[in-house]
Amino acid sequence: MANRIIAAPSPHIHGAESTRRIMGDVVLALLPALLVSAYVLGWRVLFVTAVSVVACVAFEYLIARFLLKRRSTIGDLSAVVTGLLLAFNLPTGIPWWIVVIGALVAIGIGKMTFGGLGCNPFNPALTGRIFLLIAYPVQMTDWTTGVPDALTGSTILADVKAGLTSVSEVDFVAMLGGHMNGSMGEIGSFALILGGLYLLWRRVISWHIPVAVLGTMALFALFLAIGDGGAALWQMPLFHILAGGALLGAIYMATDYSTSPMTHCGMLIYGVGIGLLTMIIRVWGAYPEGMSFAIFIMNAATPLINKYCRPKRFGTK
Amino acid sequence: MKTFPIGGIHPSDNKQWSKDKAIEVLELPDSVAVPMIQHIGAPATPIVKKGDKVLTGQLIGEATGFVSANIHSPISGTVTAVDMLPNGQGQRRMMVVIKREGDEWVETIDRSTELKRACTLEPKEIIAKVKEAGIVGMGGAQFPTHVKLSIPEGQKANILIINGVECEPYLTSDYRTMLERGEMMLVGVSLLMRAISVDRAVIGVENNKPDAIAHLRKLVADGAYRGIEVMPLKTRYPQGGEKQLIAAVTGRQVPPPPALPISVGAVVCNASTAVAVYEAVQKNKPLIERVVTITGKHLKETHNYLTRFGTPYSTLIERAGGLPEGDVKILNGGPMMGRALVNLSAPIMKGCSGVTVYSDGDALRGVEQACIKCGKCVNACPIGLEPYLLARASKLQKWDVAEEHNATDCIECGCCSYTCPSYLPLLDYIRIAKQTVMANIRARANKK
Repeated sequence: MANRIIAAPSPHIHGAESTRRIMGDVVLALLPALLVSAYVLGWRVLFVTAVSVVACVAFEYLIARFLLKRRSTIGDLSAVVTGLLLAFNLPTGIPWWIVVIGALVAIGIGKMTFGGLGCNPFNPALTGRIFLLIAYPVQMTDWTTGVPDALTGSTILADVKAGLTSVSEVDFVAMLGGHMNGSMGEIGSFALILGGLYLLWRRVISWHIPVAVLGTMALFALFLAIGDGGAALWQMPLFHILAGGALLGAIYMATDYSTSPMTHCGMLIYGVGIGLLTMIIRVWGAYPEGMSFAIFIMNAATPLINKYCRPKRFGTK
Repeated sequence: MKTFPIGGIHPSDNKQWSKDKAIEVLELPDSVAVPMIQHIGAPATPIVKKGDKVLTGQLIGEATGFVSANIHSPISGTVTAVDMLPNGQGQRRMMVVIKREGDEWVETIDRSTELKRACTLEPKEIIAKVKEAGIVGMGGAQFPTHVKLSIPEGQKANILIINGVECEPYLTSDYRTMLERGEMMLVGVSLLMRAISVDRAVIGVENNKPDAIAHLRKLVADGAYRGIEVMPLKTRYPQGGEKQLIAAVTGRQVPPPPALPISVGAVVCNASTAVAVYEAVQKNKPLIERVVTITGKHLKETHNYLTRFGTPYSTLIERAGGLPEGDVKILNGGPMMGRALVNLSAPIMKGCSGVTVYSDGDALRGVEQACIKCGKCVNACPIGLEPYLLARASKLQKWDVAEEHNATDCIECGCCSYTCPSYLPLLDYIRIAKQTVMANIRARANKK
């Protein structure tokens, strides 16, 4: 056959990046934390995660094909990431049908309503989690299938809030390794950090958001300590970073592309906002953990941040 | 090691295919079609007619006004047509067609290979010779060099920058030129320094060409070339962009358009252009040939040919063993900024540093997906724009938004499209926005 000559405007080559590769990297980065969770909390972790992932992918496929009547986009793997992150935000013992409802809210309301990947103003997995937290508060805070030798059936942040735990009773090394009560994905701090380093290395995320979030939280705790002697657990920077969903939120949820700012300057402002709001909720709010709400609120501020934090125009001061 | 301040990408340089191929002289074409526009500005006016006999190096097209360039005959023979003929993109342009008879040169041209360093000409005389020889920027932009060298009243140059970056993947013509014609280039650089009255010149070369850096440094160290420095730069595309190169070398940023490099005291010339300046000033030789790389992963052979202008692209492709199997994309230039050719019998021109051939899958674009707002385009833009936003404004035809977000600053380097994980043709949209906004600005100016 004679050659066909193809003409198109430049550039004629493309880098290795693709949406699928990025999402695949996030899945890979989340696997160590999932394994730690399954090891510490038992096999049900894998069951809940599987339900969440399958439900998210299925809902995206069904909504795209039959409601929006367009090409399915599940090949970009973003629904898998949403499924994983949603599961990571749930307690192990949660009934499977609640997981399915969470997936429907995450994908259906959180993502597809706005037009699918890239158009959603709020992190879909968080939308699902926050809905479940409000709709099923009992099941969402039931940690009874948690670590066998844990102090109580509640998370350490809740314990601290209730004044039940003191500094001497907290084992930071155990916290790093995942031996604490909490949502499935938030407990393996070391594994979460490892995955975060992988994402940094692959340039999927930049350091700006995680460092701004965690740095702000640590500084906030330090200021509390200066005001009050620093003896209490909720005044320890390291405690705040390792407890609850700080790492999961800062590294994996707050860095969601669609819902976070574009420029590095914007990312820093956004990260500081999340850190501040999280600490305000943790220290003075009604909920023991504030990461979800903080990210959710800052998601809403992202378009505004993008408007004002523009890149510096070349050749201007 | 120095580089430009923001944005940029790291495409594989793919220079291995042709970088070790020494410059060869391509056989003379049997006939040439010489376009009267091979530069930015007004087309030259043909001064020969059908039936005229011409010599190699004879003026056949006269510059029309200041921003224009002379065109000379690349071969000797008889003019067979002066007509509108299709160029590489299929657009009709005024061309002079010459059938070759032997290779007889204009007498005043010194064809000896002996290096001639000494020059006592005044700056004005050098610029006049550059203008006479029809020299234009040979890095691709084809801006008339004499215009660049004629520094406007009230402004002053303090540095000459020679662009030996060749950041465009695949191309190796400047690289081979620096290696094999280094002395000619250095004399050319000295002449350019004299023309714009500066005592400092920096030759910027990316550090993926260590042998070119070493070779030029050795030549400079010999002491015959005062004030010339060879500066290695950290390899990063688009370092060869004029603004990027000035920022890399001097740290100074040229303000947004319409400001020119001279506003920060810099004049930039391409490495091959410096050789052309040497030949024009010292040897009276007009710009009628250049080194052209023919390269591609799927070609049987690759070469760096000294090619007379007007030679059809197809000659180079034949010499490379013909087109590979399957669908092909043939580029005038490299893959980042080169233009796709549809007419292979069209002539090679002054700005053609290479012909790159892609085949099969490499020739096709990826499937467009939704923008995921990852911000990679924003971080890749070397000029500080928001490509995702400009592309969207362009798609929605919101030209005021595109103007407000500085669409006219775009240098069309292609970093945004290259880096987009959703395979969005960002630059396609931005080009449309840029052209529309520029037209709008002109229309407003005309109204006043």
